[in-house]
Amino acid sequence: MNTNTQISAADREAVTAAEVTTIIGLEVHVQLQTKSKLFCGCSTLFGQEPNTQTCPVCTGMPGSLPVLNKQALKLSIKTGLALNCEIAKHTKWDRKNYFYPDLPKGYQISQLDQPICGVGYLDISDSDGAFEPKRVEIERAHLEEDAGKSSHDESGRGGKSKIDLNRTGTPLLEIVTRPDMRSAAEAKAFLQSLKMILTYIEVSDCNMQEGSLRCDGNINLHINVGGQKIATPIVEIKNMNSFRAAERALDYEVKRQLAEWKETGGTIEGAPKRTFGWDDQAEVTIAQREKEEAADYRYFPDPDLIAVVTTDEQIDAIREEIGTLPSRLRNDLVREHQLSEYDANVLVNQGRGVVDYFLSVAKTCDNSKLAINWVNQEVLRHLNETNSAIDQYPIGSDGMGDLLKRITDGDLDQTRGKDVLSAMMEDSIDAAAAIEKLGIRQVDSSELDSLCQQLLDANPKVVAQVQEGKVKALGALVGQARKINPNVNPGTLQANLRKMLGVDG
Amino acid sequence: MASSIECLLSLVNQNKMEISKLSASQIVSHIAAGELTATDCTQHFLNEIERKDPTLNSYLHVAKESAIETAQQIDARRSAGESLGALAGLPVAVKDGICTKGIRTTAASKMLENFVPPFDATIVQKLTDADAIVIGKTNLDEFAMGSSTENSAFGATKNPWNTDCVPGGSSGGSAACVGADLAPVSIGSDTGGSIRQPAAFCGVTGLKPTYGRVSRFGLIAFASSLDQIGPFTRTAQDAALTMNVIGGHCERDSTSAREDLPDFSSKLDQSLSGVRIGICKEHFESGLPDDIRKSMDESISVLKSLGATTVEISLPHSKYGIAAYYVIASSEASGNLARYDGVRYTMRFEADNLNKMYGLTRTEGFGDEVRRRIMLGTYALSSGYYDAYYVKASKVRRLIKNDYTKAFESCDVILGPTAPSTAFKFGEHTTDPLTMYLADIFTVTANLAGLPGISIPCGFSDGMPIGLQLQGKSFDEATLLQIAHQFQQQTDWHSRRPQA
Repeated sequence: MNTNTQISAADREAVTAAEVTTIIGLEVHVQLQTKSKLFCGCSTLFGQEPNTQTCPVCTGMPGSLPVLNKQALKLSIKTGLALNCEIAKHTKWDRKNYFYPDLPKGYQISQLDQPICGVGYLDISDSDGAFEPKRVEIERAHLEEDAGKSSHDESGRGGKSKIDLNRTGTPLLEIVTRPDMRSAAEAKAFLQSLKMILTYIEVSDCNMQEGSLRCDGNINLHINVGGQKIATPIVEIKNMNSFRAAERALDYEVKRQLAEWKETGGTIEGAPKRTFGWDDQAEVTIAQREKEEAADYRYFPDPDLIAVVTTDEQIDAIREEIGTLPSRLRNDLVREHQLSEYDANVLVNQGRGVVDYFLSVAKTCDNSKLAINWVNQEVLRHLNETNSAIDQYPIGSDGMGDLLKRITDGDLDQTRGKDVLSAMMEDSIDAAAAIEKLGIRQVDSSELDSLCQQLLDANPKVVAQVQEGKVKALGALVGQARKINPNVNPGTLQANLRKMLGVDG
Repeated sequence: MASSIECLLSLVNQNKMEISKLSASQIVSHIAAGELTATDCTQHFLNEIERKDPTLNSYLHVAKESAIETAQQIDARRSAGESLGALAGLPVAVKDGICTKGIRTTAASKMLENFVPPFDATIVQKLTDADAIVIGKTNLDEFAMGSSTENSAFGATKNPWNTDCVPGGSSGGSAACVGADLAPVSIGSDTGGSIRQPAAFCGVTGLKPTYGRVSRFGLIAFASSLDQIGPFTRTAQDAALTMNVIGGHCERDSTSAREDLPDFSSKLDQSLSGVRIGICKEHFESGLPDDIRKSMDESISVLKSLGATTVEISLPHSKYGIAAYYVIASSEASGNLARYDGVRYTMRFEADNLNKMYGLTRTEGFGDEVRRRIMLGTYALSSGYYDAYYVKASKVRRLIKNDYTKAFESCDVILGPTAPSTAFKFGEHTTDPLTMYLADIFTVTANLAGLPGISIPCGFSDGMPIGLQLQGKSFDEATLLQIAHQFQQQTDWHSRRPQA
């Protein structure tokens, strides 16, 4: 960066958006889905009475010692593999020292220089084409313990602060990206894509309301002023509590930094990294209290824990458990099941449960097209309306597959099929029982012939139109036919009518 | 009538005399045989504590009621024919830096004046599982930082051989109570010499096991990579007996070794023929008092007469031991003691904002030496100094380890004095911390290398005991105990007792 030349206020004012490149890197804290905490046996359940999920270890009592939860390490490796990271064969634990009332030991056990996951990447794209598909590099991902939760009296009346140590010691994987994102939209896409992978491989529920996924962003601008590249000071934005908040906060910060630079001309040179918080109500980023000096965490290796050695065999075994990742799954659905890109996307975005449901239904009825239509229109609509998950849907994939198989085989038409589905859901019965209940049966040929004759006799106008060559006019008879006999199949009916009128083909 | 009372009294006195003279192994076998009850034995030590400890201050807390209650239960179980543990009825004193469930545990700090742990340290659990009786909690230098017990927030312990002298430290209370017959066995911890040096000063046997041999769970940490729990006893045989109970892998301590636990008693009676004793030339360089040098020479002669051979070895980096030790130990301590912040179980100095509360609590709650070491460690870990101090000290530690590996190619154990002097007077080193730090000069290197070491009585200088140190190979405590036991079969230094 060349800052020797002062840029005049007028030149700064003249800069347009086209000359500004946004640089964004993210730090994502993911709470791993383990039953117990990282270094003790306490439960990680959310929402329990304060300080009921604690023990001498996670409250930092004198004489207590940490013992590693191997499941947390396994989930970290699984995440690293899904993000194409190098997995460290040898990793260790370091103490990050700082005083805070919700940090009982006065240090956090973390990983400084030997993170469990090294360099990796995640490919992102946008279906609406908001940006070109791109690769975001992961710098590292390390495992650490969470701190507790402080609540302060915000009234200004000096009430007591409260501390809940239930969360203390919960395993967190901190994923750090390189500054590869060039817009808030890219950052949001990264977060969405990351969340999908993490939920697919079942390492985290990524529930942002419960703090299972927390995100901080580092952002600044590179501004081109007549060939001279100027960088604005780096700002870290905290408290971005949803993907929407992240996108809006970063978008806001782009505007704020540009405006600030236009006003002050301040650049990255000699400017310490500042921390801003996103205020979701006011829709602004607010500078947080400046620290008088840079924090010195006095990291050193934790002598209470031994180094962790991971073998290739262990890594391979974990790799086996990952299964197909979302991007690969999308391709498979398009290639092997002939879904449209759009349908594949919708399905994959619903999570692995819905994809598995679809695959099972498609296999049973041997009709991917029918299966995706029914999953989209019936199943997902129901899940949306009832705000429920796929495993709560009353009809299992076998039952749905059986129903759709009957439609594929021509035993039912889709309209009757929907009646059958309703009956199945209402009475918790299978397709056969529902068909029986609705009195659905095959219409035999003599019955069909007499029905057709009845229709032709009653509709001379239609007969005339057909004889003039407008075969499509027969469609008007389907509704009448079904009123007389709801079991009649529209296709068979029309074919028979054509035969009787001698307009085959 | 009168004569029968006198007769009874003399019997009681005789009994009392006998218990004082018994080793732990003898107490255990007498109780097992029904010749002595756990209750009488415990009561005897409680009486002795009441009689002598107001002068010595070796105990911070005497668990009178629970000890008697436990003793009575053990006697009842024995009468009912139940099988009892390996240490059934044996009173054991535990350093107050080791957590005891329901018994106040202070680490001799004002900071933890009212801390009652909700759990037992693993070794306390193991002792009670073996039916030993926790008789009390012994004094120490605050958070085990010191070599004289003068840093206790609750008053110094006095040396039973001369109450003008320190008992050594940091486990001074544990050493003094065994030296004064106020407990047959006590438990201490050794970070840089805190078992061996006070054992030497008080004329008792003290063993620091290999790092990882005994679980640290429940030991209030001073320096986690150096701390190790071990026993004080009258004899090496008693140390073996105790080690058989407190040693072994522990799921709650990640640094606890998965080595098999041998029967430490099994090798005691083996001959020393063929045992190679390394004499470290650096331990005999100028400055070592003549009396200590002389008793070392005499001890070597005794061991040679038992069939051992000697070989001169060198530990060339041991001269950097003290420096490396104080950097590493203080660095770890600065982190380990951060939890004492006034927020939870510690004392709190109320103030109108958080930083003031932290500052005042830690200023009031910690003594001078603890604050000095926290500052030293904080400094050594600070950005810009870390490489010059912590990293360099860690490299020295590696070199010292390598010295030992090389030395043990030509010998089985290394012999030398435990400390460069006998017990010094109160106040002698308090004004100059550096001279105090040198009390650990012969012991710290074993901690840095994680190796076992034992101190046994081997003579006197001006009426004060001299300690002989043997350092061994990793997880080879059995050989140290064997040599110590054989030595104690030939000498009576360990049986000598201070005047009451």
